[in-house]
Amino acid sequence: MTATTADTSHNLSQAQLQAAFYDLNEHDHPEGGSTMLGFWMYLMSDCLIFAMLFAAFGVLGGNFAAGPGPKDLFDLKLVAVNTAMLLFSSITYGIAMIAMEKNQKGATQIWLLITAVFGAAFLSIELFEFHHMIAEGATPMRSAFLTAFFSLVGTHGLHVTFGLIWLFTLVAQVGTKGLIPANKRRLMCLSLFWHFLDVIWIGVFTFVYLMGML
Amino acid sequence: MSDHVHPNEHVDDVHASGHGTLRDYLIGFFLSVILTAIPFWLVMTGAIADKSTTALVIMAFAMVQIVVHMIYFLHMNTKSENGWTVMALIFTIVVLVITLSGSLWVMYHLNHNMMPMNAHDMGQLP
Amino acid sequence: MEAVDHSHWSPLLGRLWWDALPQEPIVLATFVVVALGGAALVAGLTYFKLWGYLWKEWFTSVDHKKIGVMYMILGLIMFLRGFADAVMMRIQQSIAFNGNDGYLTAHHYDQVFTAHGVIMIFFVAMPFVTGLMNYVVPLQIGARDVSFPFLNNFSFWMTTAGAVLVMASLFIGEFAQTGWLAYPPLSNLAYSPWVGVDYYIWALQIAGVGTLLSGVNLIATIVKLRAPGMAMMRMPIFTWTALCTNVLIVAAFPVLTAVMAMLSVDRYLGFNFFSNDFGGSPMMYVNLIWIWGHPEVYILILPLFGVFSEVTATFCGKRLFGYSSMVYATLVITILSYLVWLHHFFTMGSGASVNSFFGITTMVISIPTGAKLFNWLFTMYRGRIRFELPMMWTVAFMMTFTIGGMTGVLLAVPPADFVLHNSLFLIAHFHNVIIGGVLFGIFAAINFWWPKAFGFKLNQFWGKVSFWLWVPGFWFAFMPLYILGLMGVTRRMRVFDDPSLQPFFIVAAFGALMIAGGIGAMLVQFAVSIWKREELKDETGDPWNGRTLEWSTSSPPPEYNFAFTPIVHDIDAWDDMKRCGVERPTSGFRPIHMPKSTGAGIILAGISTALGFAMIWYIWWLAAVSFLGIIGYAIFHTFNYKRDYHIPVETVEATEAERTRQLAAVGA
Repeated sequence: MTATTADTSHNLSQAQLQAAFYDLNEHDHPEGGSTMLGFWMYLMSDCLIFAMLFAAFGVLGGNFAAGPGPKDLFDLKLVAVNTAMLLFSSITYGIAMIAMEKNQKGATQIWLLITAVFGAAFLSIELFEFHHMIAEGATPMRSAFLTAFFSLVGTHGLHVTFGLIWLFTLVAQVGTKGLIPANKRRLMCLSLFWHFLDVIWIGVFTFVYLMGML
Repeated sequence: MSDHVHPNEHVDDVHASGHGTLRDYLIGFFLSVILTAIPFWLVMTGAIADKSTTALVIMAFAMVQIVVHMIYFLHMNTKSENGWTVMALIFTIVVLVITLSGSLWVMYHLNHNMMPMNAHDMGQLP
Repeated sequence: MEAVDHSHWSPLLGRLWWDALPQEPIVLATFVVVALGGAALVAGLTYFKLWGYLWKEWFTSVDHKKIGVMYMILGLIMFLRGFADAVMMRIQQSIAFNGNDGYLTAHHYDQVFTAHGVIMIFFVAMPFVTGLMNYVVPLQIGARDVSFPFLNNFSFWMTTAGAVLVMASLFIGEFAQTGWLAYPPLSNLAYSPWVGVDYYIWALQIAGVGTLLSGVNLIATIVKLRAPGMAMMRMPIFTWTALCTNVLIVAAFPVLTAVMAMLSVDRYLGFNFFSNDFGGSPMMYVNLIWIWGHPEVYILILPLFGVFSEVTATFCGKRLFGYSSMVYATLVITILSYLVWLHHFFTMGSGASVNSFFGITTMVISIPTGAKLFNWLFTMYRGRIRFELPMMWTVAFMMTFTIGGMTGVLLAVPPADFVLHNSLFLIAHFHNVIIGGVLFGIFAAINFWWPKAFGFKLNQFWGKVSFWLWVPGFWFAFMPLYILGLMGVTRRMRVFDDPSLQPFFIVAAFGALMIAGGIGAMLVQFAVSIWKREELKDETGDPWNGRTLEWSTSSPPPEYNFAFTPIVHDIDAWDDMKRCGVERPTSGFRPIHMPKSTGAGIILAGISTALGFAMIWYIWWLAAVSFLGIIGYAIFHTFNYKRDYHIPVETVEATEAERTRQLAAVGA
């Protein structure tokens, strides 16, 4: 397409002009071409929800209201195991994506399910930790610190839960429809979501658990 | 899916969002393990006596690990989506830094002006 | 009213009981009128068998143009409600002197001013700007629809669901009595025990989902679907401002979502984010909500800056002065809007350093804004100005908004703010910028793009009547409030002790009356225009000698917008095409790939309304059922892979042949 301006357009025939100003041989837009960008925007917005929870924890995290503090409650070994679960789930999701690229339907599903096992393990450990704390009387109502703690970690846990529901849905959809482009796109979105949750967890274990225990 | 799909669609898709190879994932995984293990070890053993130094060190590790995840797991690069993803990320980080540091600054000042006391007393407030 | 005991709870209906029905005569009468009107509407739609048409052609449509129009209708309906609240306040304040208590109880009055603020911001201004962006942006960038058409429909219905909840609160229970931002501790369960704040929370949460998704959608649309050749610096200014607005939406609304979620766990589960004891901090709420709140005001005004740019360039018949400075000013405002939030609570007790920082950043914002005003003025300078209605509103905006902006700079000075904080001066200031900026802009936009949307212009006489009632009416209504504010009168007062203030409030009430006339004239304008649409018909598709691509297609545009996607070589692409003398291609059409309509959006939003209602009234079984319903239906929807179809080439040919005949008839 040459640059066309009013000055040069006099020399052009109407057919040439139309070809310059209208896409006469247009192809359909590839379906889902905006999906990855759109999903990334959504993740950025989700990131800001977590930012607010971190801000609340940062401001209220020292307000124990004469109740238990991090050192009375946190068990770093448990947190380390939990972190490992999430990391393992990240790498297994990565392997599922590699299988997907090679169009290996069965392998994709199996690695997704392995990811789900690690994700479920992570959630179980987190629920065990919460249950333990609540049993000791460290409920979210006990102090602003505990409110902020349970809300931040719990919101992350809820995201993992939704990730799991989504993951099982996709396993079913890959099963019925195969690795068609639409499903691949969905798997890539979930991949972003899953790894994004891992990134948030880095913030959680660093700022909440490790710095709390200092 | 329509039957008029552009022949290059799939290829475009792959390039647009980026995929890692197994090697990428493994590198990312081992870096993450190391970058997670060291801060845990630092805090659990108290290897550095000074608390604020430890805090700075583990924060630095967290930053590095986030970058590692971004590159090896989320496959961020400046080319995907013509740089829009990176642009969105940078904008988000700017907003995030402004809101987090701003909130802490504002609320610190408010607490300081409205109820002057030290951190220990704050923890003991009813 | 306050003495009523609302402690009743049953498993089946939760807190919902007879005492939830309207008790006050004013509300009761309104309820009867609305119920009768609603019944008449339903009966009429049924009698004329319009339900099927509405469902198929509108409610389930994923066409961005129809969704845009539906947003505008939603905004207009809610505007009437919000304005009714405003008139009620003006009447109350103009009579409540010398021991007269006025006609509104405290319980009612507090709901009125809260509802007014919430409705005007969330359910009037937001639907209006979202509707405009939805309608215009894809046309301006030469696209056939938005990136995620289904999501667009879903977003609209979620916004509507929020509006439905707010309207329901008028007749079932109560609305919040906290002011439009529901500051704790007043909004905590201890001080607002019944359903008002819960209505507020769930209306905002549900509508917020819609707003956020529509933001994501429009960013993706602008980034990915621009016509070939339309580089960023060739985008129309309205599209630029829409892009920045949606970036702000995506970066600000999550903050609101998070804060509302924190307030809900405080209220529902007894958490301690914002409580007074157990270490919670109500001040943290104020801090967080204004991190959303300040960008929000730029979300409202930026698109209208775009409208004024388009209108000024079109009606002055020349390219916008300083296109790139306009773009940079918009970008600078986008970033700066995140750096000023504390100016909403200078008086809360931060130190001098914090207050000066935020005071200075606030004043800095006036620089890019001022640059924009000069750009518009220089566009007008030596232009052939046609004073059509959109241009009249633009000129009114320039004068009104500038003064509102200057009072804003006054408020940005922390010591001055200590005097003026929460006074009627502040009320006058933000109405000055929101009415003078946002609302005048929306009126300009409606008059400007109405012919595009419906194929006929709006009646000019009634438009002028509306204009001349609105603009002076605004000054009558708000100048007294500036004066009262300077004298120290605070906002949200129901009764006054000092009788010397009364004349000012009477003048303000007179202004509100004029505005009511302006609104009435506008409704007449719409009705007369629809009635006489044959006389006002525009068959060219380009009634104003427009400059951007939306004017290159027919009015109203076909479902697919453009039979051939235009190729862009310059800013103001359509103007460029006209100067080059390009004729519209009349053969060689192809089938066009389009998204299919779906009922999933309205169904999901409907279940969300049920969820919100159940949570408000503590009807736990319904909450659980509807929550599972949302998840289940959303999963079910993802199993539908056939979401698009092709418009057959014959249809395209027939539509375009009709357009050719139209154009030939008017000799274009």
